[in-house]
Amino acid sequence: MLEVKDLHVTIEDKAILKGLDLTVNAGEVHAIMGPNGAGKSTLSAVIAGKDGYEVTQGTILFEGQDVLEMEIEERARAGLLLGFQYPIEIPGVKNIYLLKAALNAQRAARGEGEIPAPEFMKLVREKSAEMKMDPSFLQRAVNEGFSGGEKKRNEILQMLVLQPKLAMLDEIDSGLDIDAMKVVADGVNSLRSADRAILMVTHYQRLLNHIVPDRVHVLVDGRIVKSGDKDLALELEARGYEWVLEESVA
Amino acid sequence: MASEEMEQLVRREYKQGFVTDIESDTVPPGLDESTIAFISQKKGEPEWMLEWRLEAYYQWLKMTTPSWAHLEYPPIDYQAISYFSAPKKPEDRPQSLDEVDPKLLETYEKLGIPLHERAALAGVAVDAVFDSVSVTTTFKEKLHEAGVIFCSISEAIREYPELVRQYLGTVVPQADNYFAALNSAVFTDGSFVYVPEGVKCPMELSTYFRINAANTGQFERTLIVCDKRAQVSYLEGCTAPQRDENQLHAAVVELVALEDAYIKYSTVQNWYPGDENGKGGIYNFVTKRGDCRGDRSRISWTQVETGSAITWKYPSCMLRGKESVGEFYSVAVTNGRQQADTGTKMIHIGENTRSTIVAKGIAAGRSDQAYRGLVKIGPRAKGARNYTQCDSLLIGDQCGAHTFPYQEIGNSTATVEHEATTSKIADDQLFYCRARGIDEEDAVSMIVNGFCKDVFQELPMEFAVEAEALLNVTLEGSVG
Repeated sequence: MLEVKDLHVTIEDKAILKGLDLTVNAGEVHAIMGPNGAGKSTLSAVIAGKDGYEVTQGTILFEGQDVLEMEIEERARAGLLLGFQYPIEIPGVKNIYLLKAALNAQRAARGEGEIPAPEFMKLVREKSAEMKMDPSFLQRAVNEGFSGGEKKRNEILQMLVLQPKLAMLDEIDSGLDIDAMKVVADGVNSLRSADRAILMVTHYQRLLNHIVPDRVHVLVDGRIVKSGDKDLALELEARGYEWVLEESVA
Repeated sequence: MASEEMEQLVRREYKQGFVTDIESDTVPPGLDESTIAFISQKKGEPEWMLEWRLEAYYQWLKMTTPSWAHLEYPPIDYQAISYFSAPKKPEDRPQSLDEVDPKLLETYEKLGIPLHERAALAGVAVDAVFDSVSVTTTFKEKLHEAGVIFCSISEAIREYPELVRQYLGTVVPQADNYFAALNSAVFTDGSFVYVPEGVKCPMELSTYFRINAANTGQFERTLIVCDKRAQVSYLEGCTAPQRDENQLHAAVVELVALEDAYIKYSTVQNWYPGDENGKGGIYNFVTKRGDCRGDRSRISWTQVETGSAITWKYPSCMLRGKESVGEFYSVAVTNGRQQADTGTKMIHIGENTRSTIVAKGIAAGRSDQAYRGLVKIGPRAKGARNYTQCDSLLIGDQCGAHTFPYQEIGNSTATVEHEATTSKIADDQLFYCRARGIDEEDAVSMIVNGFCKDVFQELPMEFAVEAEALLNVTLEGSVG
C-alpha cells in the first residue's frame, strides 16, 4: 500500500531523513519509535505533504501513485490521512462543518454526490458516541478551547468519519490520561481492517499495549535501523535505544 | 462574438457613460450656484432646501480634502463631475444579457442571484424592474397601515417638509467634513424613513424594494428617524457587484433614535473595485452617523465592505441619551489593489451609555487597509462602558493591515476595553484543512468565514448567507 524508498528530507538545509525505507501493506499496523529528533514526525508530515520539507532524494508510492507529485488535498482524498500531534484550532468554524466539508470533498473525488444530511448526522452521532464525545462538541469551533485529550479524540473522530485507507497517527498518545488513552485506542482499533493500514509514530510503548502493532520500526538519525514485531517495542522499553544504535553501527 | 471583443465593447460603453449630448435633464460638468439651483429646481424643492444646499456649498468652498486617512489616490477634479444627469435611456443600455461582460454574469451566477434580477443589476433595459411590482405594492400597503413613511429623500422633501426640516443635518451638519458638505450641496437621491411612536416596523426595509432606487445615486442622502419606542431594521446595498460610471461616491446617512427607539442598519457594499490595477474602481467617501438622542435608545451598525477601489467610512454613534447603546460590527475585505480606511466613532455623552465595537479586517493580494476607531467618553458620561475588539487577517505577504485606535476618556468611572490581533492566515490552519481533503480555496474561505462569524451573526439571516458567498467571490484567487 505504502512504499517509501531511500527517502532523504531536509529542513532548511538540515538533513533530517537520510535514506529511509518503509513498506506498509494493507491490513497491517506499524509503529515507528525512536529517540527525540530522529525524524519520526518528519516522516508522517512529508507523506501528508506539509510545507517546509524538501525531499532531496527517494520516492513515496501510495497504491502505486507517486505521492510527492500530489497536492496535499489530493493525498487526503486518495485515502492518506494524518492525525496531528498538535491539532489546529480554527475559530468560528464548527467542527461538524469541517467534517462535512472534508467528507464531501472526498466523496466528490470519488465521483459520489454529497452525503444526504440525515445520513451524515446519523454517521457523525454514532462515531462521536464511539469516541465518548458529547454531541455538543460537533457544534463547537474546531479544536477551540478543547483540552489535550479532547483534541486527540477529535482527531480519531475525523478518522472514523473519513475512513482513510492509510491512517497516520503522530504521537496520538501524548498528553492523554489513562482513560482517554483507552478511548483513543479503542477508536483506532475499530479502524483496523484487512483493507486498511495504520502507521503510528510514538515515543512510548504504553500505547502499544492498547494498539498492538504488527511491525515495530526503530528510527534513529534519519534511518530505520531495526524492525521487528511487537516484542521489539517491549525490548526498547526495557533497554532504551542505545543498544539498537550500537548494533546498527556494528 | 469573442468574449474579449465583448469586453472591449462593454468598456467602451462604460467610457461613454458621460453622455455628451446636452439634453434638458443633464447639466454639463462643473459645480457652482447655478448647478445647485438647477438640481433643487429639478427636484421641485422648496426655497429653504435650496438655501440649505447653498449654505453647505459656501462652507465646502472653504474646506480642503482630508488627508489623514491611510489612502492614496490622485486629486479629484470636482469641476469634471456632472452633478445631475438623467438615467440612461433604454436604447443606450445593453439590450440583453448577451451584451453584458461575461465575467460579471459569472459572478452573479456564483452569488446565486436569480436570473431575472441579473438583467436589472447589469443595467440591461428591462421594463419591469425585478418584475415584482405586486410585491412592492403589498409592501407599501403594509407600511402605510403601520404608519411608516418610506420613500425617496426627494419625495420626502416635497411631501413631508416639516419632518425633513426638523431632522436633516442635525446629526451630520452641513459642514461636518469635506465630503458631507459636498453631499449636502448636491445630493440627488437617497431614502427617508420615519417610524412613528411605538411602532415596530413590520418588515425589514431595503432600498431593494424602493422602486426608484434602480440606479444608485452618486451623492445619496439617507435620513432615518425612529420616534419614541419605535424600531426599524434597514438594509442597504446589495451583494451583487454594482457598476457605476460615477467614480466618486459621497453618501451621507443620518440616523435619529428617540427614547427607547432601536435602529439596526446593515450594509453590504460591493461596488466595482476596478481592474487588476485598481483602475476604474469606485471611490467611496461616506459619512454615516447615528444619534441616540433619547434615553435607552439603541443604534446598531453592521457592515460588510468588500467593494470599491477606495473606502473611507466611519459609521458612528453619538450616545446622548442616558443608558443609550451604540454598536458597530464590521467586516472589511480588500483584495487586488483595494484600499480601505474604515472604523467607527463612539461618542459617550450620556450617563451609563454602552458601546460595542467588533471590527474584522481581511487583506489579500496587494491591498491595504486600516481600522480607525475613536472611543470618546465625555465628562458627564458617568459609568460609560466600551468594549472594542479588532482583528486583522492577512492573506499572502503583499498586503497590509493597520490599526489606529483612539481613546479620549473624560471621566474616571468609565470602563474601556480594547483587544486587537493581527494574524496571517495561518499556514498550519490551511494545512490542517487541506490534509482532510478540502481544497485550498475552500479552506481559505472556511477559515475567513469563521474569522468573521461574530459579525455575520449580527446580519439579518438572508443577508448573512449572501455575505458568505460574497466573501468567497471576493477572495477568489487570493492564494496559490
